[in-house]
Amino acid sequence: MSSRAAVLLAIFGVLALAVVPWLAPPFYASLLISFFAYAIALLGFNLLFGYGGLLSFGHAMFLGFGAYGTAIVSGVLGIKSFEVALIAVVIGAAIAAAPIGWLCVRYTGIFFGMLTLAFGMLFHSFLFKFYYVTGGDSGMRIPRMNILGLELAQYNKISFLAGPFYYYCLALLVIAGLIMWRIVHSPFGLHLRALRDNPRKAEYLGVRVREFRLVAFVISSVFAAAGGAILGLRIGLADPELVYWTHSGQLVFMTVLGGFTNFFGPILGALAFTLLQDQLQSLTQYWRFVLGAILALLVIGFPTGIAGLIRNYNWRRVAAT
Amino acid sequence: MSAFANILLGGVFHAAVLFLVAAGLQLVFGVQKILNLACGSFYALGAYFGITFTSFAAKYGMPVWMLLPALVFAGVILGAIGPVIERLLRTVYDRDESFQLLLTFSLLLMFQDILRFIWGANPRSIDLNYLVYGKVVFSDFSVPVYNLLVIAAAIIIAAGLGLFLQRTNYGRVLRATAENRSMAEALGVDVRGVYATVFTVGTMLGTVAGALVVPTAAASLDIAVELVVEAFAVVVIGGLGSMPGALAGAVVVGLIHALSIAIYPELELLATYLIVIGVLLLRPAGLFGRPVT
Repeated sequence: MSSRAAVLLAIFGVLALAVVPWLAPPFYASLLISFFAYAIALLGFNLLFGYGGLLSFGHAMFLGFGAYGTAIVSGVLGIKSFEVALIAVVIGAAIAAAPIGWLCVRYTGIFFGMLTLAFGMLFHSFLFKFYYVTGGDSGMRIPRMNILGLELAQYNKISFLAGPFYYYCLALLVIAGLIMWRIVHSPFGLHLRALRDNPRKAEYLGVRVREFRLVAFVISSVFAAAGGAILGLRIGLADPELVYWTHSGQLVFMTVLGGFTNFFGPILGALAFTLLQDQLQSLTQYWRFVLGAILALLVIGFPTGIAGLIRNYNWRRVAAT
Repeated sequence: MSAFANILLGGVFHAAVLFLVAAGLQLVFGVQKILNLACGSFYALGAYFGITFTSFAAKYGMPVWMLLPALVFAGVILGAIGPVIERLLRTVYDRDESFQLLLTFSLLLMFQDILRFIWGANPRSIDLNYLVYGKVVFSDFSVPVYNLLVIAAAIIIAAGLGLFLQRTNYGRVLRATAENRSMAEALGVDVRGVYATVFTVGTMLGTVAGALVVPTAAASLDIAVELVVEAFAVVVIGGLGSMPGALAGAVVVGLIHALSIAIYPELELLATYLIVIGVLLLRPAGLFGRPVT
């Protein structure tokens, strides 16, 4: 994909999203908040998976960091500014991800996946069992917060989510997208792809394999924590289900659905998954079966996902532009 | 002392069940190099089907003492789904391992709703009383004989699997295929047939485990996803692809589980995962696995 076409497409996408609150009922606008949250998280996740070739099966842990961090900042410390919470969880996630990542990136493939799974489940069982700290399975409440220092008391919860907070999250997604675009098109992004395709050769050429993977791990965790903060504020609750390993699997699902070989794939995947899940849930109680069947079909027949279907390109070239 | 023995036996019972599931996982991973997330679904399927099968059989006059053989039988005939699923997995054999993992994850999602469709969302338990086999009473604690029988069954299956893999000709063919697939193929091994057999046996181990456990605990939709992570802990601790590893890992996880519940319940799962992480970091090949390159 040429850069110009990508930029045009992205601008069109942002404009289309910007008119949604005017055209669609508030329910859809607030549903799209969770799309924004997942899209931001998946931008980071795909740096690790699509560009770095590392499949994490415990990435929901960092969504949990974001949500629980927000709950602590707003509920326990009583700070009502969402920006403070966002900055706090981003810094917190980076600090937590550094040692975890340092241990995990020693391996690739299935061992990396299992280590991240184990760390995710470790965090989950901590949240679940130490209920006097974390609220156990009922989680921690996240009270409503103000954005950009504005109280916005005239809005009720749903019109807050469908109005000001919608545009706030859209802006966050654009910022996150721009940052990630810079990252993957920097020499760092190039190094990361080199080590995905041939780690030994990359090492021979002087790429510091583990350091680069660690940096990618930390960046992806930071994005996931930011997404988790948004997700938490939307639901008003941080609960252990966010961190359970099936939720990590769902993140992988969304990425593959959209197409991990394309920069915009994860964003498309988050959008498609959010809308699909909502539609299926209203149609049938057996929505998991349909989602599972779709995933099986994708894996077998369309491994490049929606983005790959749109642009039936040689994917290595797409990822390399 | 009696409390300790009680905990110990509880842990060994749990370990016996975990071993069966993990053995299926190891067999499939060892030969087909696929880490099967759907093993938890097989376990849950075995549990639900065990309930239906035995209550059906009891209605047609099966004596209650036939409970254990009937459950094993129910698990074994469920192995019939193995070849069907293996056919699906065949599409991803030469693909990246993340895609293989995702395909088994999609199976887990689908099975979750298949179970919900057939048996409903409420937990189900067996009507027949497993205390029919009586209890062994020691000075101040007692153990249901059923639990001891399940432990014995797991030991027999472990020994049988070991003999099959080490002593029979087909077992040698399986090990040769696990060692070097293309060389085995070049020497005339029907690799497709081997894969189908291995996957079916792996499925059966999971379904039998589920069926055996159901008299002592209710079957619910959650057991599938819960068991997957426990079985993973077992194979990681024991070493991926190693049968003795599955046994050792199951004993470690089963005992830790029981001990932490007795000593400090908050640590129940935490302790297991801490050990998993420790093993992965210090000895990624596990206790019995081969070193990873």
